[in-house]
Amino acid sequence: MRNIWVIAKRELGSYFSSPVAYVFLVIFLLLTGFFTFTAGQFFERGEASLAAFFGWHPWLYLVLVPAVGMRLWAEERRAGTIELLLTMPITPWEAIVGKFLASWIFLGLALALTFPVVITVNVLGSPDNGMIFAGYLGSLFLAGAYLALTCMTSAMTRNQVVAFILAVVACLFLILAGFSPVTDLMVRWASPAFVDTVAAFSVVTHFDGFQKGVIDTRDLFYFLSVIGFALFATSIILRNR
Amino acid sequence: MIKIENLVKAFGAKRAVDGISFAVERGEVVGFLGPNGSGKSTTMRMITGYYAPTAGKVSVGGYDVVDSPLQAKRLIGYLPENAAAYTDMSVHGFLEFAAGLRGLAGDAKRKAVARAVERCFLSSVLHQSIDTLSKGYKHRTCLAQALIHDPEVLILDEPTDGLDPNQKHEIRNLIRELGRTKAVVFSTHILEEVDAACTRAIIIDRGRIVAQGTPDELGRPLDEVFRRITIPDTVNK
Repeated sequence: MRNIWVIAKRELGSYFSSPVAYVFLVIFLLLTGFFTFTAGQFFERGEASLAAFFGWHPWLYLVLVPAVGMRLWAEERRAGTIELLLTMPITPWEAIVGKFLASWIFLGLALALTFPVVITVNVLGSPDNGMIFAGYLGSLFLAGAYLALTCMTSAMTRNQVVAFILAVVACLFLILAGFSPVTDLMVRWASPAFVDTVAAFSVVTHFDGFQKGVIDTRDLFYFLSVIGFALFATSIILRNR
Repeated sequence: MIKIENLVKAFGAKRAVDGISFAVERGEVVGFLGPNGSGKSTTMRMITGYYAPTAGKVSVGGYDVVDSPLQAKRLIGYLPENAAAYTDMSVHGFLEFAAGLRGLAGDAKRKAVARAVERCFLSSVLHQSIDTLSKGYKHRTCLAQALIHDPEVLILDEPTDGLDPNQKHEIRNLIRELGRTKAVVFSTHILEEVDAACTRAIIIDRGRIVAQGTPDELGRPLDEVFRRITIPDTVNK
C-alpha cells in the first residue's frame, strides 16, 4: 500500500514538474466548454441538466485520456528507468496500480475543475443534483476504463505515439460497439440478441445509465472489470518484456 | 552472498547467457569482463530479478531471486547500464523516492539520503533537476540510489562508462572501499579497472565463462590475455 503511494506521488509530481499538466488542463476545460455550450447547445435545450456536458465525454476522452496515459510505461521503457523500478523490492502490481492511480487522480482533478458548469446550471434553473453527481461518477469511471486500456498499450511499446494510437483504437472500439449508427447497421444482418451482446461491451451502453442518474451496480461492475482486465493484461505484458 | 548455478537466458534461438556458474562472498569485488554483447548485462539483470532466467538458479543472501524476489531485491543495490534515472526529478527528490521504495521513512530516510549524498559527492547539485546534470553527476546520482539502503550486495553495470579519468578514479576508490564489507559485482570492459579495484575477475565471452581468477592468476599483460581468450565481434563464428 505504501509503495503504491510512493509511486503514485512520484508520477503525479512528474505531471506537474513540466508544463504538460497545465496545458492539458487548459485544453480539457476549453474543449468541455466548447462541446457543452456550442456543439452541445446547452442554452438552446432549455432544460436544467448537464446532458449536453456528459454526452460528449466518451468522445472527448477518446483523445484526451490516451494523451494523459501514453507515457506511463512507454517513457519508462524508453529511458530505461523501468529496470530501476522493477528491481526495487516492490511487486509489479504495486507499480502498475500506483501509476494508474496517479493518472486517474490527475484526470479526476481535470474533471473536478469543470465545477463552473454545475454552478451555471444551478444558477439558471433547478437541476437534479443527484443526477449530476451520478454523471460525474460515471464520467470518472469512463476515464478510468480508457486509462487502464492506455496503460496496457503503453506497456507494449517504448514509443509514446504508438501507445497513443493503439489506445485510441482500443477505446474507439469500446465506443462503437454500442454507438447507435453502428448498432443500427448491425441489426440489418445480425440477430437482435447478437447486437445486444456486442453493445453490452460498449462504454456508451454503460455510461448511459449514469447520465440518467442511475448508479447501477452492473454498470459499476462493467467499468471495474474493464479496468481490472486491462491492468491484468498490463502485468502480463510487463512480465514478458 | 550471491550464488549462480548454470544460468541460461535465451532470447529466441540466441542464448545470450549459456550456463554460467559462480559465487561471490562478502568482502569480494568481482570484475565482470567481456566484449560488448557477451552477456554481462543480461547476467546482471537476472541477478537483480529484472529478467527471469530461462534455466538455472540465482540466489542472493540465500533467497532465490525467482521464488522470493522481494527478500532478494531488498539486499541488492543496482546501478543499471547507462545509469537510468527519472530526469524530470531533482537529485534530492529522486533519492527520496528511492529511499521510499526501500521502505525508509521519516528520520531514517533523511539520514539515508544525507549519507548517500555525502558518499557520492552530490551536495552541490542536490536541488538541480537530473536532466541538467553532466554525465558524471548523473552516474553518481544513480549510484547514490543504489547505495541508499546500505545494501549487502551491489550490482553495478559499467559504473565508470563515459566518465572522465578523475571521476573514474573516484568511483574505483569508492568500489574498493565498499567491497570491504559488501559483495560487489561490477562489469566493465576497461582492463585497468580490474587491477585497480577487483579482488577477482571473471571473463565471459558469448555467454560462457572463459577465464576467472585474481588479476595475477589471469596473467599479464591483461589486455593480451583478454584478446587471446575472447573472440572479437567482427569475426563470424
